[in-house]
Amino acid sequence: MKVGLFIPCYINQLYPQVGKATLELLEKLNVEVVYPSGQTCCGQPMANSGYESESIGACNHFVNNFKEFDYIVTPSGSCAYHVKKHYDIIPQTDDVTKVRNNVYELCDFILNVLKIKDLGASFPHKVGVHKSCHGLRGLRLGSCSERVTPEYSYIEELLKEVRGVELMPVKRGDECCGFGGTFAVTEEAISVKMGKDKIKDHLESGVEVITATDTSCLMHLEGLVTRNKQPLKILHIAEILNSNI
Amino acid sequence: MSHAKLASIFNKDEKKVDWHDKALWFVRHKRDKTVHHVKGWEDLRDLGHGIKAHMLSNLDTYLEDFEANAKKNGVEVHWAADAQEHNQIVHKILKDNNAKKVVKSKSMLTEECHLNPFLEADDIEVVDTDLGERIVQLAKEPPSHIVLPAIHKNKHEVDELFQEHLGTKPCDGDPQYLTGEARKHLRQKFIEADAAITGVNFAIAETGGFVVCTNEGNADMGVHLAPVHIACMGVEKIIPKQEHLGVFLRLLARSATGQPVTTYSSHFKKPREGKKMHIVIVDNGRSEQLSRPDFRASLHCIRCGACMNTCPIYRRSGGHSYDATIPGPIGSILSPGKDLTKHSTLPFASTLCGSCSDVCPVKIDIHAQLYKWRQIITKNTPQPFVKKKSMQIMGSIFAKPKKFEKVGKIARWSLRNLPKSVINSKPNTWGKTRDLPTGPKQSFDDWYNERQQNKKND
Repeated sequence: MKVGLFIPCYINQLYPQVGKATLELLEKLNVEVVYPSGQTCCGQPMANSGYESESIGACNHFVNNFKEFDYIVTPSGSCAYHVKKHYDIIPQTDDVTKVRNNVYELCDFILNVLKIKDLGASFPHKVGVHKSCHGLRGLRLGSCSERVTPEYSYIEELLKEVRGVELMPVKRGDECCGFGGTFAVTEEAISVKMGKDKIKDHLESGVEVITATDTSCLMHLEGLVTRNKQPLKILHIAEILNSNI
Repeated sequence: MSHAKLASIFNKDEKKVDWHDKALWFVRHKRDKTVHHVKGWEDLRDLGHGIKAHMLSNLDTYLEDFEANAKKNGVEVHWAADAQEHNQIVHKILKDNNAKKVVKSKSMLTEECHLNPFLEADDIEVVDTDLGERIVQLAKEPPSHIVLPAIHKNKHEVDELFQEHLGTKPCDGDPQYLTGEARKHLRQKFIEADAAITGVNFAIAETGGFVVCTNEGNADMGVHLAPVHIACMGVEKIIPKQEHLGVFLRLLARSATGQPVTTYSSHFKKPREGKKMHIVIVDNGRSEQLSRPDFRASLHCIRCGACMNTCPIYRRSGGHSYDATIPGPIGSILSPGKDLTKHSTLPFASTLCGSCSDVCPVKIDIHAQLYKWRQIITKNTPQPFVKKKSMQIMGSIFAKPKKFEKVGKIARWSLRNLPKSVINSKPNTWGKTRDLPTGPKQSFDDWYNERQQNKKND
């Protein structure tokens, strides 16, 4: 199995520790991972802002980087979703179809391709899960509260096996945090209000650490937590699953 | 004004935002509890979606069937291409019947056509009889929600409004007293009315009959007392057969308010003896929307308002921030089809979280349509120079790894070294109330290359 590691642009530059945790975790699980050099971005920022045509270069570059792999794994539900859902703007060659079919969010890959639940991690903290929307409703990484379906959550299935983790339930389990890419800037007032409400929900349930499958949501929440000096730690799910405290 | 500007004005009163958010979340939560009791809810949604898709593909035939059957029942049928024609038709019917006082039961279509001011200009009194509608009418405001039109007003504001317009006593917002007074006031209007206007929730092609759903029975009250009934419907309200009605009645009330069924589902088919019944079938941009393959499913909408209740942005920005007859997620995909420039900010008033699509009882892919409108809007309406340019620059950076590396290095250095006052200065909207991450010394790329080098050296 040839696995290509995709590290999204903002993780590469701003949160390299998330990339490190992802790589180390996959290696721990005996996956042969290759990190193709010269990666940039999946093209989502331009496309979601209405400039899909400006993202074509990024899309083609992405496909060229990853076309040779059986699986492409990334610590970002939203980027995986973007490749799957919106790469219809470039010609659907065999390479493009292959890349779109084989791109996986990290938890999804571990649980459903590797079929491993217990990763041997330990993390003795009260953890609150933020279910990032694109992973949740785009990739269906968990059941969604609007739909009448059996309940499940890949991220929580993995966290349940982590020694010492206490999963804290929140009131609005799958409401958006308000990041939304450029929305965070163009609709600043609403974005900030949504983030504040999200954090309040977690604080009220006694959470010590907020985690998610997407660093973008976490960057927004962390920005508010840091500014307001709130007693919360923000960690990507890969960092928890890779920890051994 | 853009959605963002109006939303930030609404957000100045955080307590009110919290109250608005909680009130609508309560309805969304009630909806969840009710739908989870329905076995096969998801199948029911599929069925609703399928019937609507089939209807839209055969709209011409079903509309003609409906017209023929309604005429057989003794109903007069009128066709209106746009809002203006709709208003003129209604006006003429009222004139022909010497009707000066009209009671109306909630119809978003007449809101869309701005019927009230049109009739009022000719000294015809139009009274909206749904309590919420009446409240916003007295306040001279448009509805802020399609099912809960006055949800942006609390009971104290209603108290003041009723004192001013209905001469009620101050009651500290006592809902029982206020509704009692509204009831007295509206009963008088029902008795005096010369004509009743209603909307149409479902029109059945097979029978020529139609159904109006209300929780207050106001459609019945108006129609049963007045000599003339005018029902106004959009072309997409058609369903093929009577047997399909059960699907939609089950979906509608649960999605709208979490009720198993609307309190009054009033079935109308023919005029009573000596009375008149008219139906006005209105296009007003609908067939144009139908011609857009990416957006035609927006016409499936049964106007339950569930997408508004679930939308975290709607709940925190209020319906008026959308500045459109139909606000919220569904309005944001319907409105650009009518006026792309006026409504150009609406498809961006979303994080594309997808909750609207999942809650929609007839499975409209709302968030996917928001994404598609964004692509059209940036091409066809004037965009801020900075946004356009920055997208072009980003596009070129992400297509070239060397450029990306260079820019990344500068960004990380700046975040690490520049004073906070520079980073969080005015051009950086992010930094107004949020911190940016501290730029790490090494990118993942740097770390990985170093690691590979070390491995080689080992």
